[in-house]
Amino acid sequence: MTEPFQMDHPATDRRLDDMAQGLVGAPLDRPDGPLKVTGTATYANEWQVEGMVHGVMVRAPGNSGRVVLSNTAEVARMPGVLSVVQDDRMLRNPAQGGANEAPVQGPHHAAYFGQLVAVVVAESFEQARHAAQSLKVTLDDAEQVAVTPEGAAVERQTDKTLDQGDLDRAMDEAAHSVDVVYTTPSHSSSPMEPHASIASWEGEDLTLRGSYQMLKFNRNELADSLGIHPDRVRILSPYVGGGFGSKLGLAPEAVAAAVAAKAVGRPVSVALHRQQVYEATMRRSETRQRLRLAADAEGRLIGFGHEARVSNLPGETFAEPVLQASHFLYAGANRKMSLDLARVHRLCAGSVRAPGEAVGVTVVENAMDELAHAAGLDPVELRLRNIPPTDPESGKEYSSRRFREALESGAEIFGWSDRPGVKERREGDWLIGYGMASAARVNVLKESEARVTLLSDGTARVETDMTDIGTGTYAILGQIAGDMLGLPRDSVEVVLGDTNLPSGSGSGGSWGASSSGSAVYLACAAIRQQIAQRLDVDEHDLLLKDAQATFNNRTETLADILQGHEIAKLGHVKPGDTSDAVRQATFGAYFAEVGVNAVTGETRVRRMHGTFAAGRILNAKTARSQCLGGMTFGIGMALMEEVAFDPRDGHVVNHNLAEYHIPVNADVPQLTVELLEERDDWASPVQAKGIGELGICGAGAAITNAIFNATGVRVRDYPATLDKLIAELP
Amino acid sequence: MKPFDYIRADSPDQASDHAAQGGVFIAGGTNLLDLMKLEVMTPDALIDINRLDLNQIDETDDGGLRIGALVSNSDLANDTRVRRHWPVLSRALLAGASGQLRNKATTGGNLLQRTRCLYFYDRAMACNKREPGSGCAARDGFNRSLAVLGTSEHCIATHPSDMAVAMRALGAEVETLTREGETRRLTLDQLYRLPGDRPDIETVLAPGELITAVVLPAPVEGRQTYRKVRDRASYAFALVSVAGIVEMQDGRIARADLAFGGLAPKPWRDADVEAALQGEAPSDALFKKAADVLLRDAQGFGENDFKLPLARRTLVSVLEELTEARR
Amino acid sequence: MLDALRHHLGLTGSKKGCDHGQCGACTVMVNGRRINACLTLACMHDGDEVTTIEGLGQPDALNPLQEAFVREDGFQCGYCTPGQICSATAMLQEISEGWPSHVTQDLEAGAELTPEEISERMSGNLCRCSAYPNIVEAIRVAAGKQA
Repeated sequence: MTEPFQMDHPATDRRLDDMAQGLVGAPLDRPDGPLKVTGTATYANEWQVEGMVHGVMVRAPGNSGRVVLSNTAEVARMPGVLSVVQDDRMLRNPAQGGANEAPVQGPHHAAYFGQLVAVVVAESFEQARHAAQSLKVTLDDAEQVAVTPEGAAVERQTDKTLDQGDLDRAMDEAAHSVDVVYTTPSHSSSPMEPHASIASWEGEDLTLRGSYQMLKFNRNELADSLGIHPDRVRILSPYVGGGFGSKLGLAPEAVAAAVAAKAVGRPVSVALHRQQVYEATMRRSETRQRLRLAADAEGRLIGFGHEARVSNLPGETFAEPVLQASHFLYAGANRKMSLDLARVHRLCAGSVRAPGEAVGVTVVENAMDELAHAAGLDPVELRLRNIPPTDPESGKEYSSRRFREALESGAEIFGWSDRPGVKERREGDWLIGYGMASAARVNVLKESEARVTLLSDGTARVETDMTDIGTGTYAILGQIAGDMLGLPRDSVEVVLGDTNLPSGSGSGGSWGASSSGSAVYLACAAIRQQIAQRLDVDEHDLLLKDAQATFNNRTETLADILQGHEIAKLGHVKPGDTSDAVRQATFGAYFAEVGVNAVTGETRVRRMHGTFAAGRILNAKTARSQCLGGMTFGIGMALMEEVAFDPRDGHVVNHNLAEYHIPVNADVPQLTVELLEERDDWASPVQAKGIGELGICGAGAAITNAIFNATGVRVRDYPATLDKLIAELP
Repeated sequence: MKPFDYIRADSPDQASDHAAQGGVFIAGGTNLLDLMKLEVMTPDALIDINRLDLNQIDETDDGGLRIGALVSNSDLANDTRVRRHWPVLSRALLAGASGQLRNKATTGGNLLQRTRCLYFYDRAMACNKREPGSGCAARDGFNRSLAVLGTSEHCIATHPSDMAVAMRALGAEVETLTREGETRRLTLDQLYRLPGDRPDIETVLAPGELITAVVLPAPVEGRQTYRKVRDRASYAFALVSVAGIVEMQDGRIARADLAFGGLAPKPWRDADVEAALQGEAPSDALFKKAADVLLRDAQGFGENDFKLPLARRTLVSVLEELTEARR
Repeated sequence: MLDALRHHLGLTGSKKGCDHGQCGACTVMVNGRRINACLTLACMHDGDEVTTIEGLGQPDALNPLQEAFVREDGFQCGYCTPGQICSATAMLQEISEGWPSHVTQDLEAGAELTPEEISERMSGNLCRCSAYPNIVEAIRVAAGKQA
């Protein structure tokens, strides 16, 4: 066991750069690829568990009141039905990411339309589904509750309030200013794999095969929900069919499966129907954002105001952190920020890919585009002029920030200089426009553990409960271990997604790769030390490559050195002083070309490019794919995504994939991505920052700004669907 | 999904008999099974008609086509005769759904698909189509995709088909076999009912009556197009669509056959629109007049108000294209 | 059919993403044609040949399309991937048989394997990770290899 490594000082040694195997950063294929392309990777609801039966959950048909199940006995007698379970421990809504304890529980009172209030268990899935559909649920003593933020009580988040200088005066004195209100709707993560759990008990020990992102927290959330000790809970989640925040915290199906399995004495599988994913997992809050930007005659910001309103269920503390990047992205001495939380009876609001920046930076970048237009400046130039020398609020240095290079290089690659004037370019029925936006996302390191075992045959095994939700964890952890231990990629086995293994950071907030990668790095560093000791050389003089050690002008195989023994070390990283000593964030820039149909207002993205800087890139292929995914979320946000709530009862109207539109292949052109070389010594022992969310943080604005360039129309109410454009088209 | 009997029909007569006793025909099943899983539809029996010999496309004596009811949307779209002589039909089919769904969905089933109104799909919502007399939650709800023409106070659902819109413009007729063993022909206008006070009754087909074919008249002169407007580039239902066939003679519109999707409870065709165009020289004013005629009784319900200007603009654009009067 | 494959035959390669024909994750081939397994009944396919992802290749014996998906990173979480690959397999056959698509300019001429054609034809397979550009590239690479 090694001591935890606390990130109190910048990791200037950059040891990974000294390694000889050449894996880290290389665009290597995912080792999990062959399983995924053959359908043999096992997702949550695919385990063949002996004796397993099926549970299907049932929704509340209203937004308040006491839940009454009026024909339980009748349903219980239906063919194959084993039990109708409604248990106090069932969840009202999912846990927030990192909650580490049970969320609000209780299926007897509805707080929002679609809340999952019971589970019907039967021998077969078909029987359970029909029985669940036959269960009559009514609500007694329903009240009139607020379902829209406009009509709801609002709580100011005082810890999120900032008043620096005098923004009102700056606005008065500004040569150029904008004062605009934008709104963004709720979004759904919509991972392709619906949430699912299989619970099986052996005595008082529970095994849950689930689809979760942060297992060490999920285990505690599940144990707390059930009122049992976490040691009695094991969660397995080796493959996760997408998460995007919706699987950060424990969701209702997990507890339902656990209590149902106990009730019927058999393993129970509960998979949410797609409709239930939309109605009862997590949504991104809708936002109302007022941006006030004040600039001098040269376009230098003298004032920056960002005031937002978001919403959530009563009892939930999460408030979409819309202002997160506004604190550090641009200059401006006079600053005013505030965040209000409206209490609405809609499904729980929580993390959806890049909470805060996804919608916050996007709207800031729209306002910056409006300012550029007002000031007659090239939007890229406006941004370049407003890169603050140090954090504009704290005065801290940035840990690393290749923001300027991203703007300049991205513009060059895209061909930004060819940008048409507003409403200037037309090809047939299509109005053509260019738009750009900056990208920014806070960077975070999280406590993470991993065990690395150098086996006696000169191969290695990496073990952690870290997850791979498509992010490339299997690839990058193997690359880091391979480089540090001098092993070919294929000689490193990576085992993930099991709470019996050392606790990783989990996949969320973009911290997974740098945090769990650092844990693996530290474990490997300890193994290197031990090898060096055994060989009586300084670790720095030990060259490991291709399962051989070269030292003192000698070369020996690792197998020979190990002499039948293995070396196992635990790597354990914790955030430390570097988190607060400097401002840590990732940066980038997007460029988009759109066509807007002059007749119908349909917008199609024709080209889109992103340049990003996020510290050390651990795998250029998987990092690029993360950026492609983020940018596509941006396309969705800009053009089509909206959870539509019925304003009368707050139910999700478009609760399926046919009507909650996410981009299809034809909506996405062949996007291009550039990743800038960077090392961030302050961020993590491996000099990496997060990249999983950077691709969405502002992406939508590049598209809506391009719509303005094409049409002269500002759509300030996302998404920019055709109905918001046609009235102003020629 | 409610348990049901599965009956594989060997002959049309047998199929009709079973259906008359409360069974429901299943061909492609792409909409029926969708609705059954949600228990929006709960038939006691499914009568599988896929083994019936209804999957041929034959030329008729007058130069048209007789399309078997079981011909898949893919096969119909890809038929070389359809691509050459009735391209608007190919285009409409290819604009609909996905490659997978087109392979399974059939000609007859496509005509009979149910609305995509989200309130119809949700059993917790009032819907006169699903549960007569329960009310229409869509009217004052989120009705962005719903109808502006042909609605009633009881229902504002749209018919979601693209294919049927093209067929309506082409003057196709449905051939059916009644339970009594008689063959009858219905135009699409005759086939579909408007919702009125019984939105649950969508067609004039009698219990057990089986669509056996769709008959296309002989090809007509002129240009054809299908324009579909939607929220994403593919795999989305039409907000508005226009199927148009226009024949020009001596600089005037000799004939304009126009049908519309996304606007009404059935594929919409309005003889007055066509009459307004016939014999006239193309002009922007004329096209706008035609749009005025089309929308003279149109009514939006809030979220879907945009369909009026959208339909107007799309129609004008389609007419410009088909009369070669483009700017 | 999807539940029959997954629950009764243990063939979990075909995925359930929506159960309503709205995502394509369950795409299988029936007699060579791609369909959504979730929207048909197994009993309707008595005598038909059903090909799932399990019939296309194994982890240690990938077919060219599967290889290309791995190399081009045509997936991330992998949940939509079997459906994408089954769909692409049949889609390439459709193109070779001259089927037009919504974006084909000339209905009567065949279609080229352009990114635009591939994207349109693959739009029945949603991918929330959005590997779309890589999926398109993988299909082009694999098709080029086969040609």
